[in-house]
Amino acid sequence: MKELYVDNNATTKVDEAVFEEMRPYFCELYGNPSSMHFFGGQVQKKVDEARNRVAALLGASPDEIIFTACGTESDNTAIRSALEVFPEKRHIITTRVEHPAVLTMCRNLAKRGYRVTELNVDSAGRLDMDELRKAIDDDTAIVSIMYANNETGVIFPIEEAGAIVKEKGALFHTDAVQAVGKIPLDMANSAIDMLSLSGHKLHAPKGTGALYLRKGVPFRPFMVGGHQEKNRRAGTENTASIIALGKACELAARHMEKENTAVKGMRDRLEKELMRLIPNARINGGGAERLPNTVSIAFEFVEGEAILLLLSEKGICASSGSACTSGSLEPSHVLRAMGVPFTCAHGSIRFSLSRFNTAGEIDLIIREVPPIIRRLREMSPFGREFLRA
Amino acid sequence: MWDYTDKVKEHFLNPRNVGEIKDADAVGEVGSLACGDALKLFVKLDDGKERIVDAKFQTFGCGSAIASSSALTEMIKGKTLDEALQITNKEIADFLGGLPEEKMHCSVMGQEALEVAIAKYRGHAVPAHGHDHEHEAMEGEIVCKCFGLTDQFLRKVIAGNRLHTAEQVTHFTKAGGACGGCIPKIKALIAEVLGEKTKEETKKPEKLTNLRKMQLIQDVLEKEIRPQLWADGGDLELIDIDGGKVQIAFRKACAGCVSSGYTAKFVEQKLRELVADDITVEEVEG
Repeated sequence: MKELYVDNNATTKVDEAVFEEMRPYFCELYGNPSSMHFFGGQVQKKVDEARNRVAALLGASPDEIIFTACGTESDNTAIRSALEVFPEKRHIITTRVEHPAVLTMCRNLAKRGYRVTELNVDSAGRLDMDELRKAIDDDTAIVSIMYANNETGVIFPIEEAGAIVKEKGALFHTDAVQAVGKIPLDMANSAIDMLSLSGHKLHAPKGTGALYLRKGVPFRPFMVGGHQEKNRRAGTENTASIIALGKACELAARHMEKENTAVKGMRDRLEKELMRLIPNARINGGGAERLPNTVSIAFEFVEGEAILLLLSEKGICASSGSACTSGSLEPSHVLRAMGVPFTCAHGSIRFSLSRFNTAGEIDLIIREVPPIIRRLREMSPFGREFLRA
Repeated sequence: MWDYTDKVKEHFLNPRNVGEIKDADAVGEVGSLACGDALKLFVKLDDGKERIVDAKFQTFGCGSAIASSSALTEMIKGKTLDEALQITNKEIADFLGGLPEEKMHCSVMGQEALEVAIAKYRGHAVPAHGHDHEHEAMEGEIVCKCFGLTDQFLRKVIAGNRLHTAEQVTHFTKAGGACGGCIPKIKALIAEVLGEKTKEETKKPEKLTNLRKMQLIQDVLEKEIRPQLWADGGDLELIDIDGGKVQIAFRKACAGCVSSGYTAKFVEQKLRELVADDITVEEVEG
């Protein structure tokens, strides 16, 4: 069965051009960039080029880019670094809807005696800047707020938050794993001190990421034991993947407009049609500014895993914020934080598009989803009551 | 992705007996929208009100919840009420070729709905599970507040499936799966239930042959002591038995634990209580 892939916030297809770019760096140009010989030097040049390309996408300068193994490593590094830079400060601020790469880290730190404030969101998934103003004090070492939410696509007012954080002298980190490549970013005119990105969310392979570190921001490395990345991240570079990430960033910059016109157009049509065809559905975060590629829809009286399995039968690959798919028993922490009503918290489905999706695919999803929801509602005791009424 | 068997997939994609029976003799409802799964079971009896001639269901839930409901209705058709009551959640899971452990609560939900339906039909008190629909008629003390589950219900599932960790109890019943506040209580219930079971099974005999004694020591270690250590993430291994001398090595959280000396004493005490008074326990490297 051919897959119809609309789960791009989970991971993306490696762009063929990206793969071609990295291909020679396995069997032919396998040198170590740190080596003194010409053979390593060739690779060093390509790694530098990749750094330039990543920096260009972010509006940063190349020496502000540190290559890491993934978004999670970048997130962990940023938070740990801030705590080491300010050993006397014992307070961290984050949000209730962060990715576990940040949230689990902060909760573990809370167990070790740090004071952690998790900012709330409203029913549309928005942050309240006044809550941040009230929470931050001189004891705050770092504020870590995601750029855009992976489940709902809701974009946070990062620059506004950054300005508040700067006033208090804390460091400001953002997990921009879902935002990079989808919306324009400009670090040259930003309050962000550190920013995490992940390769496999923007058509580069898995196992590569980067941390943007603003020039002049104090830093302590997480990985030690080598001089790589100017002593900021030890370990021999994953050269092929770094080169791939560079290419992917170059392509992302080139496709940025398409992302915000064609992809957004498909997303808007998908959500409009599903809302028109299916009663008792709601868009999670519908009232907020969102990424152009993401829509999360909650369907009342049905359960998400059952929807996903039936979609999968039709080749459609989506994802859910439902408990049953993850083995946990509660709806996702994001939907709970937003106070999504319990009648539909278990029945949320996320469609996340990419530039590789086509209008025909969107047509197919619009055709397949309504009968699936109807079928499950007919099977559900609550859905039957609802259909009868 | 869950590793569902072909049979689970088949029953999910083509569920048998979906719907309702208008003149059902017995109806059982468990679960709720908030819990994330719910099952309404309809049962029709023959003229003699003995044997189940038809069963239908409505389920809100994931793939394995729907498959378990479908399996249940197939299994009970043609059975008498008493025969149907003998069906365990494990048999429902086995009928489907097994369920992932995290999904065992789906099979438990099937068994519960059946029990509720039959109890209501017979005019008995509705069995104590918890769950929103039957709150008023519930017996026992609530252990898990998030999912409204009682000690009686948890005891039954722990004993019936020989569960020995709090995590397993969560997989089978959901208890402890939300706020986690009741996990210490669940651990205590496990220790209690498994302790009672072993006491029933292993009465201390008067005089023992060496072989019998060794068997008993192994039995007590397996059924009584190790489950209690598991509950705290620990374990032990039996290294050797020489007459009354039992050598053990601690594993997992017990290995290198500062209280392992106390644990060894506890093992010795239990073995003396349940096997023979002359037993000494020695911790060895192994």
